[in-house]
Amino acid sequence: MGNSMTDRSSEGVAGAKRHSQLVSFLIRLAREKPLGTVGAVITLLLLLVGIFANFIAPYGMNEIYMDSLLAPPSAKFWLGADNVGRDVLSRVIFGARISVIVGLGASVLATILSLIIGLVSGYIGGKLDLIVQRIVDIWLCIPGIIFAMIVISIIGPGIWQVIVVLGLSWGIGGSRIIRSAVIGIKENVYVAAAEAIGCPTTRILIRHILPNIMAPTIILFTTRVPNVILAEASLSFLGFGIPPPAPSWGGMLSGSGRTYMFQAPWMAIWPGLALASVVYGINMFGDAVRDLLDPRMRGGTGRYGAKAKKKPK
Amino acid sequence: MRNYIIRRLLILIPTLLLLTLLIFFLVRLVPGDIIDAMMAAGGVDVELDRTLLERTLGLDAPVIVQYGRWMGVVPQVEGNFSGVLQGNLGISWWTRVSVVELLTLKWPVTLQLGLMALMIAQLIALPIGMFSALRQDTWGDYIGRSFAILCISVPGFWLGTMVIVMPSIWWGYMPPLMLVHFTEDPIGNLQMFIIPAIVLGMALGGMTMRMTRTMMLEVLRQDYIRTAWAKGLRERVVTLRHALKNALIPVVTVVGLQVPVLIGGTVIIESIFCLPGMGRLLVDGTLHRDEPLVSGVMLVFAVGLMLTNIAVDLTYAYLDPRVHYK
Repeated sequence: MGNSMTDRSSEGVAGAKRHSQLVSFLIRLAREKPLGTVGAVITLLLLLVGIFANFIAPYGMNEIYMDSLLAPPSAKFWLGADNVGRDVLSRVIFGARISVIVGLGASVLATILSLIIGLVSGYIGGKLDLIVQRIVDIWLCIPGIIFAMIVISIIGPGIWQVIVVLGLSWGIGGSRIIRSAVIGIKENVYVAAAEAIGCPTTRILIRHILPNIMAPTIILFTTRVPNVILAEASLSFLGFGIPPPAPSWGGMLSGSGRTYMFQAPWMAIWPGLALASVVYGINMFGDAVRDLLDPRMRGGTGRYGAKAKKKPK
Repeated sequence: MRNYIIRRLLILIPTLLLLTLLIFFLVRLVPGDIIDAMMAAGGVDVELDRTLLERTLGLDAPVIVQYGRWMGVVPQVEGNFSGVLQGNLGISWWTRVSVVELLTLKWPVTLQLGLMALMIAQLIALPIGMFSALRQDTWGDYIGRSFAILCISVPGFWLGTMVIVMPSIWWGYMPPLMLVHFTEDPIGNLQMFIIPAIVLGMALGGMTMRMTRTMMLEVLRQDYIRTAWAKGLRERVVTLRHALKNALIPVVTVVGLQVPVLIGGTVIIESIFCLPGMGRLLVDGTLHRDEPLVSGVMLVFAVGLMLTNIAVDLTYAYLDPRVHYK
């Protein structure tokens, strides 16, 4: 099997190698990680629903039907209607869009921030590293959700505010992982060689170190997405997230969702169920990605390890 | 070891100073807003009232002086030194009650909720994590791992709401929502806390379970485990006494890392189950822009977290004789 792989890559045209890497990664995912594949499908579903929300949703997100306030699930409103007569299903579908935007936006921001802090602090080291790490220490003493709550109470709620605050909060904490990866890499001979030929520091960081910490970076990113989606929902639930008319899954559970939870439980059940299954799917997918990218997690020798090692063959 | 503890406590001093700076300036980014809120509530809009209010709350002084007053290095408006260093966290703007007094009333609720959640988390995590590792890549393992991810993924505020709503719709049952003190009615108190603690503990349990599984797998590959098998020890002895004991050492660190998650969780869970703890206090304080209250609660949370971190590191050294702090 290994033979045919090398044959294919050697006869492949230039540029096709990256593509085949991604494809072979997906093949490995499907073959070795059944749970991860399920997660990947859920993640893809969320993305598609989020992007095409206006084509999928049967009604607009703020379309009001005054004759069906708190209507139970029916043929007209599959998941019922809320206290002002809006279709719950449509709002859940549009809620996916908010989760996609916040999840991706805040995670990208957090990962970039972690990369910058981690690369600089880890590579330059010395006094700078010491100071930066003490600041990160203090930062980690303030729970992320409390920080977000207080900052949003000052700057006001809104989707961009949530993205920036969550990105900042998760980004600084995540820099630890990047920093330790950089410290592991920077002692390599090729870094010393680049220094010797007079490479500028930014070039070393971007061309020599960054490609070698791609695995922890991807893992960091994939684990951030579900956390950020949950954090946004929690913030919206507490009233510090995305303000009411917008259909955020967390926001739908607070306010009127809680006031009418006994008369119209469908107002609270469906957004939460959507949130839970999406976070579940992304977590599963992220776990599989980590297992595939991080060689330390693979089965080793020993009684139980050996059994695991036989399986993929 | 003693030197290490002393040094850790000494490093704590500059860290705490930086922390107070961060908290103070974070909370007080936009001064004067509380005046607007108070005047809107009281219905007064005379310019004289504004300056008077600002002076009573000490907001007319420069921010640095305000920080000094809060810390207790600059005399208060009344002329006495009374701040964080003297053990005084100021007076809540909204309720006009001393923040320390409010905190002494509320902290037992949060501590009890947190400790119970941690215990429940371990009860979920350890057996499932061990089972999952011993049966790696079998259906049992898949179910255990899926359950752990499920625990992490289900949002606490939704689960909490469902736990209140569903039983009442199906059986007309409502969980008790009035706080009973442990000393008055231990059983009633535990009944009140058990459901929130399970909801909060599930998320933590999921994380600990994954760590337990990973560490068990790592330990099971070690040479001494092979030796234990070769000696002909029973499976129970090998897995419990040789493997689990060593696998649990890093798990202690994870439990320490979970304290911020735990604190964030209590904020939400206390709001849902109407538990009058520090989390509720913080949410109410934030909604009212009650700055002394918010900075006071945050400071207590952060100091608690730092002390937990030190305790975790020391426990680590105690559990693992290979670790030496110098």
